[in-house]
Amino acid sequence: MSDAQDAQNGYHGVSLATLRRFGVDVWSDVEIETSRGAFRGIILPRSEFDDSTHLVLKLKTGYNIGIEIRTITAIVELGKTEAHYKIPEKDFPVSPEKPSVTLLGTGGTIASRLDYRTGAVIPAFSPGELYGAVPELADICNLTTEKLFAVFSENMGPQEYITLAKAVGAEIEAGVDGIVIGHGTDTMHHTASALAFMVQTPPVPVVMVGSQRSSDRPSSDAALNLIYAMTTAATSDIAEVMVCMFGSTSDEYGLLHRGTRVRKMHSSYRSTFRTIGDIPLAAVTRAGVRPFRSDYNRRRDDREVGIHPFFEERISLLYYYPNMHPDIIDSLVDNGYKGIVIAGTGLGHVNKSIYPAIERAVSAGVAIYMTVQTLWGYVHMFVYDTGRDLMAKGVIPTENMLPEVAYIKLGWALGQTDDLDRVQEIMLTAICSEITEREPHDGYLVFQGGMPEIEEFLKKVNR
Amino acid sequence: MSNTAPSSNYEQTRRLVRYVSREEATAETYRQMGFRCGLEVHQQLKTKKKLFCRCPAGIYQDGDDYDTQLIRHMRPTLSEFGEYDGTALMEFRTKKTITYRIKRETACTYDIDDTPPFPLNREALTIAIEIALLLKTGIVGELHITRKQYLDGSIPGGFQRTAIVGIAGEIPLSNKTVRIIQLSIEEDSCREVSDIGHERIYTTGRLGMPLIETVTDPDMLNPDEAAEAAHHIRYLGRSTGKVNVGIGAARQDVNVSIAGGTRVEIKGVQHIRSIPELTHNEAFRQQALLKIRKQLSERINDPAEWKIQAVDIDRDDPESSKTLATIPSDHHAVAVNLPKFAGLLSFFTGPGRSFADEISDRLKVIACIEKPNMTHSEAMEQMSMMPVLSDDRWDRLQSLLASSPSEDAQLLLWGPPADIPTALETIEERCRWAFDGVPNETRKALPDGTTIFERVLPGPDRMYPDTDSAPISIAEEMIAQIRADLPMPIADCSKMLATWGVPDDIHLYILRRNLFPPLRTMIEENKLDPVFAASLLGHTVRNIAGDREVDSERILWTVGSVGDRDLQADLLRILLPLSLTRPTASFDHLLAAARYSPCTEAALLARIPALCAQFNGKRSDARKLRNWLMGRLRTDALGNIALSHLSQKVEEALQ
Repeated sequence: MSDAQDAQNGYHGVSLATLRRFGVDVWSDVEIETSRGAFRGIILPRSEFDDSTHLVLKLKTGYNIGIEIRTITAIVELGKTEAHYKIPEKDFPVSPEKPSVTLLGTGGTIASRLDYRTGAVIPAFSPGELYGAVPELADICNLTTEKLFAVFSENMGPQEYITLAKAVGAEIEAGVDGIVIGHGTDTMHHTASALAFMVQTPPVPVVMVGSQRSSDRPSSDAALNLIYAMTTAATSDIAEVMVCMFGSTSDEYGLLHRGTRVRKMHSSYRSTFRTIGDIPLAAVTRAGVRPFRSDYNRRRDDREVGIHPFFEERISLLYYYPNMHPDIIDSLVDNGYKGIVIAGTGLGHVNKSIYPAIERAVSAGVAIYMTVQTLWGYVHMFVYDTGRDLMAKGVIPTENMLPEVAYIKLGWALGQTDDLDRVQEIMLTAICSEITEREPHDGYLVFQGGMPEIEEFLKKVNR
Repeated sequence: MSNTAPSSNYEQTRRLVRYVSREEATAETYRQMGFRCGLEVHQQLKTKKKLFCRCPAGIYQDGDDYDTQLIRHMRPTLSEFGEYDGTALMEFRTKKTITYRIKRETACTYDIDDTPPFPLNREALTIAIEIALLLKTGIVGELHITRKQYLDGSIPGGFQRTAIVGIAGEIPLSNKTVRIIQLSIEEDSCREVSDIGHERIYTTGRLGMPLIETVTDPDMLNPDEAAEAAHHIRYLGRSTGKVNVGIGAARQDVNVSIAGGTRVEIKGVQHIRSIPELTHNEAFRQQALLKIRKQLSERINDPAEWKIQAVDIDRDDPESSKTLATIPSDHHAVAVNLPKFAGLLSFFTGPGRSFADEISDRLKVIACIEKPNMTHSEAMEQMSMMPVLSDDRWDRLQSLLASSPSEDAQLLLWGPPADIPTALETIEERCRWAFDGVPNETRKALPDGTTIFERVLPGPDRMYPDTDSAPISIAEEMIAQIRADLPMPIADCSKMLATWGVPDDIHLYILRRNLFPPLRTMIEENKLDPVFAASLLGHTVRNIAGDREVDSERILWTVGSVGDRDLQADLLRILLPLSLTRPTASFDHLLAAARYSPCTEAALLARIPALCAQFNGKRSDARKLRNWLMGRLRTDALGNIALSHLSQKVEEALQ
């Protein structure tokens, strides 16, 4: 980066011109005279998304303020103080008796520092940086880290799924005792299900983890989530692809969710990840993993794992709404889409007006699968005529597969074959609980506040 | 040194520090010490909603009244400059489990940091700018929401959102001008319910309420000036009529230092009246710590070499079990030798407190060991909660530690085994700081005017930008609009009260309760006599309202109604208390309750001859007779005839 570019630091237009006029720059310690009074502090970089009519000053007290350029009458430079961000880095202690865990990074933040220009958070990632931020990790395992990519979770896609699956395979082959994958939370459940299909019967735990409240805050869930995930990867007997995130908003326990049954259910709550239509695999605390069930794949000593890195990108997930017009489906077909997952209403329904479009799609060789937008419950297309009509037209129900999971699985199935019968066989054969034979009574728990007995319960149990 | 009994050492060191009581101290006492004091005055703003969410403001809960609880732990994070804050690290060491008690009505998912902030409450910002203008500060061009880390758990997110509104202002005191560093707007913290061992409990009703914080330079040179400045800032805020009053709605942090000392912050002082005693004692505590430093520098050449020695006490040893008889059976006990510290543990640091308390306070706060958590070789019966061990016990511990009885001091600490390592670090750390004088810290005010350690004083490293909110531009037009409606400055109000001849004893009440605006209306618009009007507020109203908030609107309505009906203002002495205690009653209802009935002057005076006939006293005592007549006529005269006029008429009738 040239000096000229560096000098901008988010300043442009009038503000940049003003800095230059007075011969000062970002990190200058200045006294500024304005029509609103005198201000003294250090000029900070400014977010490039903010306006060009203010400059940002850090006062001695640590506060930041903005000064309107128009009000400035003089700026005197008194010195320079440049910030150097550094997560305290210490050598991660290694001891032979501890299990080895690899952390694969995709771009989620675990420990972090701030980026002035964007106001964004820069992750700490090397074992040394992580040890500096979360020293407890050294009590759990010997850690190695590998940064695969640095993308926001919404930018994760098929190519990344494939790279990640191969990396997991390589780590397993290399002999690690567990794998943790750091990931942004928004699409963590998409990636989790992709990995569940692409990495079959791994001999060790494969644990996805992130943080819901940014790791630059003291109350962040990041450090504990990481501790829980590392504990799971290092010690758990459950050799499956899992998501490990806070079970409640309290710092009490994490939950281990199967990669194919988990979904992000709140935009900001710490306990946003829930197992849908079933109970989670286990709870995890600093003390260890406590399984809730016994029907999971056990940890093994061998290094066998099935890596199936396939994905067809021309597929879509259609969230049905009343008054949907047939051209929505037509345009997918016209654009060469090979598969469509519909999240239908109720038991798996759409309106009659799109039937012709469905027929056109099926006859064009597009695979159409039905899921439910209620999230909980099975698709039951025999109950009403609508369902029977749709099946007759070639729409295939997917039992209780979650819409996002069905989307990922269809991409994965079409990535392997164009034979739609074979695709159907893959889709409807459960690989890792994406379809379950039965829904337990406690697989659906959305309590409603206000009910006296619920309120009584809430008073006794930490949220 | 050790030959001196602890209590006489305490007295000697008290004299060495030249301690005098607050009553004995003069301005010269503080000048000699180099006393300086600055204030941080917090006032809650009277808004409908909280600062960053839409929860209702100003509804509080009792500690046992909650719908559900949640638990957090706080972990320090890096500042923009890549540093961990000192306080942050200390509080991480304390490993507290924080429980929040929340109620559905007063806290939402923002309050528990499970939802990002909503846009800043504009009503609050407008009030803050108004007060910033009254403080004559320069208003910032852009408000930058900053996160201030609080790892004590008082805010569930672990940081308080705060922003500077104005910089560099001033307030006038009676004999000087005090500089204002800044005014900020911020969210209030949780209220602590309890803090025992490793668990602290908070309620969240108050959390998120909009607050302003006014910070002064350390311009106050004695405790009285500090109290005067605190009053001024409080009244200034109240003069807008837009800040909350009442218990907990205003709190002061008081910074004190003396020459050679350090800025120490006394947090959360609820009453301004306690500021003088607190600052006085803190100044002498610092003076004492400086004397201790001097003694240590004479005894110890190389502080870097100084170390404590510690020996675990074996409970199974019958000799030891005697020593530990009063200590809980699940606690470990450790004997600690402090080389060359003889005479320092009983060194006077304040009324009823000695240097040993500095250590014990920190064991409670940092190592989370409840008191009593230690005793020492210079413990005194009459002081603190520390048990006193007999000399032979100490002889034994001294031999265990191989310490020098004449030069060293010993302490015995106990607590849950897991907390002992932190406790030993804490002891060594505090003793080492004695070589430097006064540690940087915040202290909590106690009712007796002394303070106890609360935490290490936080620095600017705990501030970092709030990544969840964009800067808010404050336009010239907005400032101009607010400036146009500013209330009269407090100093001008005081001058005007004096011009009106309002007695001094009423001044403070008028300003404290923000009754200057209604008083001015009563005088200028309702044409009441200034002294009478002031007395109505300062005596009649105050008798009813005590120190509660007063409904100015209701007062002005009552005064106006009296004028509208052409009634005499004397009647307000009876009407105002009725009106304020029956806030919804109609004016006619109030007149009835006051037993008012219309009566002409002539009709009243016509009763005089008949009344005179009933008088039992000596007719010759004219003054007695007149007073007796006035007493008889007063009730019926009120509202109809001015009492001064009636008195004159009675006088005339008798002659």
